Amino acid sequence: MKTTASTARATSASLILRRIGKVARPGLGFVRYVILTVVAGFILMPILYAVLGGFKENGQLVGDPGSIIPSPWVVSNYTDVLFGDSAAFFWREAANSVIVAVVAVGLTVGLAALAAFVFARLMFRGREALYTLFTLGLLFPSAVAILPLYILVKQIGLEGNLLGVALPQAAFGLPLTIIILRPFFKSIPVELEDAAKIDGCGSFGFFWRVLLPLARPALATVSILAIVGTWNAFMLPLILLNGTDQWTLPLGVVNFSGLYSSDQARILAFTVCAITPAVVFYALAERQIVGGLTAGGVKG
Amino acid sequence: MSATSASVRPRVGSKRQTKWLTISLFLLPALALYVLFVLFPIVQAARYSLFDWNGLNPLTDFIGLKNYETAFNSDSFRRALANNALIIFLSLAIQIPFSLACAVLLNRRFPGRGLFRLIFFLPYVLSEAITGIVFSLLLQPGQLVDTGLQGVGLGGLVQDWLGDYTFVMITLFIIISWKYFGFHMIILLAGLQGIPREIEEAALIDGAGRWQAFRHVTLPLLGPTLRVSVFLSMIGALQLFDMIWVMTRGGPIDSSNTMAIDMFKRGFVEQQMGYGSALAVILFAFGLVLALAYQRFVLRRDVEGAVTAFNG
Repeated sequence: MKTTASTARATSASLILRRIGKVARPGLGFVRYVILTVVAGFILMPILYAVLGGFKENGQLVGDPGSIIPSPWVVSNYTDVLFGDSAAFFWREAANSVIVAVVAVGLTVGLAALAAFVFARLMFRGREALYTLFTLGLLFPSAVAILPLYILVKQIGLEGNLLGVALPQAAFGLPLTIIILRPFFKSIPVELEDAAKIDGCGSFGFFWRVLLPLARPALATVSILAIVGTWNAFMLPLILLNGTDQWTLPLGVVNFSGLYSSDQARILAFTVCAITPAVVFYALAERQIVGGLTAGGVKG
Repeated sequence: MSATSASVRPRVGSKRQTKWLTISLFLLPALALYVLFVLFPIVQAARYSLFDWNGLNPLTDFIGLKNYETAFNSDSFRRALANNALIIFLSLAIQIPFSLACAVLLNRRFPGRGLFRLIFFLPYVLSEAITGIVFSLLLQPGQLVDTGLQGVGLGGLVQDWLGDYTFVMITLFIIISWKYFGFHMIILLAGLQGIPREIEEAALIDGAGRWQAFRHVTLPLLGPTLRVSVFLSMIGALQLFDMIWVMTRGGPIDSSNTMAIDMFKRGFVEQQMGYGSALAVILFAFGLVLALAYQRFVLRRDVEGAVTAFNG
């Protein structure tokens, strides 16, 4: 877009800079790689430790922590988690995580899209005040609401019910989602709305048939951000879910590590299995995650 | 546009009704969910905080501001305040400059850049609780971190990472940075990419050194992004819970307590729901002050500043 114009102008400047010797020296490139590689190693080390540790025997893991490569390689830790003794735990918790994520993300994105439509395209008294009310939710720590939420969820009979986690989770997701969607909805030209109205669309028809299909990239971004947030949530499920059969994966991993504290290889295998969905998801959707955060973060 | 409004004019009243109907139908579901599960609990916390209450009995034992008094006189809560402040300080002094340095290194096209970005941001998508479990295992005495340090001749640095009364917060800060520096780096990188390269080049042509050009041209232009990053980092540091709960439960002896940990322990584990709510309100007040200061001093400057044009 505007980068083409700036590169065209930049070339003449970089020519001058090259002449006066102020361009990046080749040696700097090497230093850059060394620094970045060291940092990348620091980031990857714990993850590699967990993945490889899951293939080790406990004797090696505890007795010889310096050896990185498993010897012998054992797959039984992983197969136990996925198909054996611990599989019942693992799949149950994975299913719970999926249920909470689907309900919470569906609600957040659906309701936020409707609200963002109103905030973006309809003029009415009190609109900005209501919008500010929603943005406030982003400005304070969500932990503040947690004790009364526990009382509230108990009162409405949802304690120990996945819905009791999904509903507050959805509510906490609303501010960021609305903030990202509103400018996107605003940017869609009025002419399109007029055309749709002339063709007989009501407000909902326009929203459903024109706006949502056009906003697909933005919807993908907010959905992915909401999925990451819900998938990793810990404090709310910790307070609201009280039985093993309701636990989500983060709770499951923490509990598992307490149960099998002497079997560290198995803890690592369980941990790796639990983070795999998030990592795969991230690899597939990196662009939306990063794009969404920068849109939300930089533009406030 | 004019044709439609002319044809509708005879039925202005019904049009207005339709508009309000649309607004209510579209807005009310989100508003209801938000009010019920976000705003109402905060109001409730304020109310509960005035009572001596275990969360089960009827709410009758009104004690005014006593809970707040107890909180500010309590050693464990003071410790929590100090720890939250320490994490905020360390984040601003070390983590954000480090993120900025990485962002600057990545703000140029070179082979492998995408891969580095992918790796640096990866920890952000992992659950804090699960991260805590992995690091707990890594940091056990004699485990990989210790042997690794000894292996490269830094055995003198070996600590009782999570068991030492003074060192535990440093350990936790390093892990928090491991998880979150990539997030700040990505935000700052986006900000850097919004700054046209020719501005810095112009400064270089005018005779500025590389550091001068960065310090006096790029950095001021990055101001708005940097302030967003600082704000998010402070809010994040205020609500630190998951990782610390999993790794130390605030111990040893309150030495890694944070406000959220203390609130959870007192309110939920010890069933002093009134007192826990008072801690929640204090946490809320800190968040609010931060947010208002941000609105007042930071956001307005950014909106007025010409710099935001580059981000659009």
